[in-house]
Amino acid sequence: MKKLIKLTASALALLFAVNAANAGGKLSIYHWFEYIPQELLDQFSAEHDVEVTMDTFDSNEAMLASLKAGKLGSYDVAVPGDYMVEIMAGEGMLDTFSKAELPNHSNIMDQWINVGFDMGRKSSIPYQWGSTSFSVNRDDYKGDINTLAMVFDPPAELQGKINVLDSQGELLALASMYLGIPQCTTDRDQLKALNDLVQKAKPHWASFGSDTAKDVLVSGDASVGMIWSGFSAKAREEGANIEYAFPKEGYVVWMDNVVLLKDAPNRENALKFMNFLLEPENAAAVTNYAAYTAGVKGTEPHLSDTVANSPESNPPASPVGEFVQACSQEVQEVYDTIWTNLKK
Amino acid sequence: MAASPQQNSRAMNNNYDGFGVPLILPSWIIIGFFLVVPVAMMLMYSFLTKEFRGGVIWEFSLAAYDQFFFDRGLFGDSPPVIEWTYISIFWRSIWQAGVATFFCLLIGFPTAWFIATRTGRNSTIWLFLITIPYWVNLLIRTISMKFLIRDNGPLNEFLISFGVISEPFHIINTNLAVQLGLFYSYLPFMVLPIYAAVERYNFALSEAAADLYASRTVTLTKVILPAVKPGIVAGCILVFVPSLGAFLAPDLLGGAKNFMIGSLIEEQFKGNAGNWPFGAAASMILLSLVLIVLTLYARHQARGQR
Repeated sequence: MKKLIKLTASALALLFAVNAANAGGKLSIYHWFEYIPQELLDQFSAEHDVEVTMDTFDSNEAMLASLKAGKLGSYDVAVPGDYMVEIMAGEGMLDTFSKAELPNHSNIMDQWINVGFDMGRKSSIPYQWGSTSFSVNRDDYKGDINTLAMVFDPPAELQGKINVLDSQGELLALASMYLGIPQCTTDRDQLKALNDLVQKAKPHWASFGSDTAKDVLVSGDASVGMIWSGFSAKAREEGANIEYAFPKEGYVVWMDNVVLLKDAPNRENALKFMNFLLEPENAAAVTNYAAYTAGVKGTEPHLSDTVANSPESNPPASPVGEFVQACSQEVQEVYDTIWTNLKK
Repeated sequence: MAASPQQNSRAMNNNYDGFGVPLILPSWIIIGFFLVVPVAMMLMYSFLTKEFRGGVIWEFSLAAYDQFFFDRGLFGDSPPVIEWTYISIFWRSIWQAGVATFFCLLIGFPTAWFIATRTGRNSTIWLFLITIPYWVNLLIRTISMKFLIRDNGPLNEFLISFGVISEPFHIINTNLAVQLGLFYSYLPFMVLPIYAAVERYNFALSEAAADLYASRTVTLTKVILPAVKPGIVAGCILVFVPSLGAFLAPDLLGGAKNFMIGSLIEEQFKGNAGNWPFGAAASMILLSLVLIVLTLYARHQARGQR
């Protein structure tokens, strides 16, 4: 019995020792996979004496589903994309902060403050932004690539050598741009045309894949690959002779944002972390890692040359990209039917 | 699950040492907690109203089953006709799983026979060799398969360099690739139960059949196969059922162009659709199908033994 008491006492002591080691408490992050360098987390942990834990997700929808299924209240911050910030706000999943609580709020670039999904940045800060378009293997195709026809009505030599992202929102947004119809249209003829377009294009597509999007371009399995800008830059670095297109009909722009979750168990640390990410050199560290673009002022001196000069991160003045919109339930149900029809 | 009480009561009385109930409690708790509760929840959710972007509203609804069986057009307001979409997705999965099972049996049976007829340590070594690849994660194995069969991968380069074919044999992103992937993933589940059955087989029976002038074919079909049938059936079930719900091989090798049952259900929870009741309903229909097949088989077996 004595032994047991001794053991319990030492276990308790150990427990307190661990707690004492992180006087600043904890921080629980819900993040995309492969999107933040570990050194940056370690640095935050050391600077603020906080124990950092992180879980990852692979799509906005998967994150929403997990938070809905009872995870809200166990994470402090999450990193949803633009339209998902709006959806989460609508679901009442976000907390708000004042500018006084976030000293670095003024570091946010002016163009990213009054964004449609969070006017004035009251519950989110920019993380990284980039675009979704496609890349073409220049050994396989020499012509003009800046048109969405490369994906939806491809020239004969590229048919059957195309990978598209397995991502309904981005694919249907690009398809809408190709047709020149608004996103989330409620017009029945336009929705039918959208359905017909993807049905007609599908036989030309070899595969649907998001996490494989980079590999199929590097290996040469695909000559055309719908892809995110940073992923394309990485594929290029890995030796693929590809060019990223900025199609004349338009392309998708997205921005990932760090949001303060409702019922965050460590609200103070969440704000410290967000403030930390708004430091130009820390934002630049993420950019150097992920090859996208930060939404923070003053990152330029800290960027690596390859990232700063990458063609993927420097879109032309026109055409401009568009955010994916969150559709109403009525339209989303039609989109779901189109998607199921496409993959049945 | 429960055998008839008359048959077992005597055996139970003889072995009962007063600790039966406490000892059996853990398995009841595990079965209750990990099997009955989740299935009951799934059944309940399949009859609830969907909430937009995931979640449920606590109102009774048959909408999920209606969606499965009736097609109301792109906008959901045309007169209902029979919905073939989901039936064809189920049929595709059953077909793929069936083909994979067939080839597992075709290759697995002779393999198991070969291993079981080796003597002493040799059979242990062969068994060991069969299981070695399965110490590697399924995802890694499926990706390796993808590298092997791609258009400019080693398989095609080998065949071309030896002049067997002149153009790359296009396998990747086809149904064949999916079947190949399933076959490779689940082959040991066929080999091991058949091996166990063949090992118990009394080879004197084959000799007896030969002495009675049975041809080799007759010996195989009338003597050997009936004796090792339980192993074959167990192997087929062990390969077919996980193949039915597989999503790694269809996604990575088949190019995710068409839904399989597994990816269809996943999409209802993780995709834009967020239709939890429909995902639950599709799972219930799949579960019912599997249970019906297994029950029919069990009945057939029972009748055969009587």
